[in-house]
Amino acid sequence: MPLLMGNSLNAWSEALVGFNPMGLPLGLVILAAIPLVFIALYSLTYGVYGERKISAFMQDRLGPMEVGTWGILQTIADILKLLQKEDIVPTSADKFLFVIGPGVLFVGSFLAYAVLPFSSSFIGASLNVGLFFAIGIVAIEVVGILAAGWGSNNKWSLYGAVRSVAQIVSYEIPAAIALLCGAMMAGTLDMQKITMLQSGSYGFAHFYLFQSPIAWLPFLIYFIASLAEVNRAPFDIPEAESELVAGYFTEYTGMKFAVIFLAEYGSMFMVSAIISIVFLGGWNSPLPDIGSFALNAWTNGPVWGVFWIIMKGFFFIFVQMWLRWTLPRLRVDQLMYLCWKVLTPFAFISFVLTAIWVIYVP
Amino acid sequence: MQELERAGMGSVRVTRKGNNVVVLEKDLVTEQMVLAMGPQHPSTHGVLKLECLTDGEVVTHAEPYLGYLHRCFEKCCENVDYPAIVPYTDRLDYLAGMNSEFAYAIAVEKLLDIEIPRRVEFIRVITAELNRIASHLVAIGTYGIDLGAFTPFLFCFRDREIILSLLEWASGARMLYNYIWVGGLAYDVPADFNKRVKEFVDYFRPKAVELYKLLTENEIFVKRTRGIGIMPADVAINYGWSGPMLRGSGVKWDLRRNDPYSVYPELDFAVPVPDGKASDIGDCLSRHLVRALEMEESLKIIEQCIDKMPSSEGFNPRSAVPKRVRPKAGEVYGRAENPRGELGFYIQSDGKSTKPLRCKARSSCFVNLSAMKDLSKGQLIPDLVAIIGSIDIVLGEVDR
Repeated sequence: MPLLMGNSLNAWSEALVGFNPMGLPLGLVILAAIPLVFIALYSLTYGVYGERKISAFMQDRLGPMEVGTWGILQTIADILKLLQKEDIVPTSADKFLFVIGPGVLFVGSFLAYAVLPFSSSFIGASLNVGLFFAIGIVAIEVVGILAAGWGSNNKWSLYGAVRSVAQIVSYEIPAAIALLCGAMMAGTLDMQKITMLQSGSYGFAHFYLFQSPIAWLPFLIYFIASLAEVNRAPFDIPEAESELVAGYFTEYTGMKFAVIFLAEYGSMFMVSAIISIVFLGGWNSPLPDIGSFALNAWTNGPVWGVFWIIMKGFFFIFVQMWLRWTLPRLRVDQLMYLCWKVLTPFAFISFVLTAIWVIYVP
Repeated sequence: MQELERAGMGSVRVTRKGNNVVVLEKDLVTEQMVLAMGPQHPSTHGVLKLECLTDGEVVTHAEPYLGYLHRCFEKCCENVDYPAIVPYTDRLDYLAGMNSEFAYAIAVEKLLDIEIPRRVEFIRVITAELNRIASHLVAIGTYGIDLGAFTPFLFCFRDREIILSLLEWASGARMLYNYIWVGGLAYDVPADFNKRVKEFVDYFRPKAVELYKLLTENEIFVKRTRGIGIMPADVAINYGWSGPMLRGSGVKWDLRRNDPYSVYPELDFAVPVPDGKASDIGDCLSRHLVRALEMEESLKIIEQCIDKMPSSEGFNPRSAVPKRVRPKAGEVYGRAENPRGELGFYIQSDGKSTKPLRCKARSSCFVNLSAMKDLSKGQLIPDLVAIIGSIDIVLGEVDR
């Protein structure tokens, strides 16, 4: 039983490190945090590499080819280069805000990793309000953007920062309501439980996306809103490179710049994981059992779970990149129009319809 | 104009409906901020500087500053012989060197009153139209970048590269050709040139459709450009606009038709003007559409030229090139339809020297850009970027 394995890991870590005074299983926190950092780092490394290769593929180019076979080590070379760069803090910048900006940004996106169930026996913190925590903690990112933009003391950065605040109040509401539809179908906010409720021998047929006739609507709404959440095209309005030079991170150099990128790719994976957990069964295998071929049973398990959720996450990252390299950018008022006048009403409609479906149908 | 002046006070976003200025949104007057956009800004297409007075994101006033790329073209011309000016003209509009050379050659030939071999005219038209396509590809691609679409840009540059290598094959240089000389050409085109050009035309037709689908018909692209930066036809004429800019405002004015030169009267091509269905006449989208449609017309011209071109037998591209250009005293204004509008050269000769007394270039970009102040009032910063992009300036030609 997956849950038992999760509990046994908990018990193991408690036995290993013991309880700390706050009552948290410290061992689990440490044990879980280390691989999570690596997942975030890998999502950066291969996110950037994938972005460059995918964009190259779409644009009739080769992309990075020099560092390693097929340029596979390009991102590492870039990070090493960024590490060597001079770390400039502009003289007229607000030094405190300028320095903490990228940190807050990264913490905002990385904290949500804590509640993502990567497999039946691996979740950083199995909170009973996990989804709520994830929605809430991501909003911290905007504080980082605001600190970075305001602290830079640059007019373009300021525009970027103010735009991102305008953006967050627009996308947060449809995004949260869309996720609530999934939570309603599960009847819980615990991410691990939401995932487990979507498991079954029919594979993908148990996923919430296919469990109700209206689930595609909140799925789509959350996907669009999540693009705005991670500042990806067509909603890359706070960084809009052709309008605002580089937006809120115009003044950043060296490792701070790299941390901002880490946060961006980290949150790209994070929103992709959330959408796959709530609507596409998280770590559950999508393969159904066919007769005596127990495909679903064979491809399920703690290790397979990590594989499936990362694959699902990468799929959505691929779609994000695909959109980014296809679509032009919306204007900031058009984004707000879209979020307030299109997505929010439809999110409410799907909320009500899902409620009716959950109560009356099965 | 009064409404525009009033619109400049405080945070008022405006647009034009026909000749009327319509206020889109009004906001409280807050503190204004001076925003220096450029000369090193990604979307000012080179070294244009716009000093904007902004209220929030609304630009209440924008002042273009020029001269960062000034190279004293006109003064240089007074110190070199007539044929030696040709390389300088390449460097005016460096995205359409052939067209600039063509305009200059027309002006000097008018002054000298010499007859040009027919094959030379056809080669000139083919190279100029190829270069027009290349130039429009850059315009469309960079316009996509201005609006956040990166991929069309690379598609455009991929196809432009083929044109540039064709022109390199003919002239020996990718961008700064020195190919169209006064009275002739530097060289005849290579033996298989026409065949390769025809191959390119066949290759490019579907690519242009693909580009149209990817960018011009994109919902977000249309949303970002339609109804933005509207310029009524009469104001455009008063500003002296020409080329795709003027045609975008609904005026059917193309020098290849209205003041025919070279072999254009023999050729069959249309002058695309927006009909007001796909776009609001005079907005950014109309100007973009004109460019997109013009490429197809250029392809038609090239095909016809290849069919009608006299054979190269006994052809000397330099047969009419004068040994020494010393025109009679007088003045001349020669003009041609550049990708960006009317490029004219006003040349004054004193009758004694082999150097012009005065050579003034009437640059299309400079004239088109002069309306920037009017167009930018009461626009959002993203719209300002869209407007600059739609003007399609080449700073080499603006500053000269």
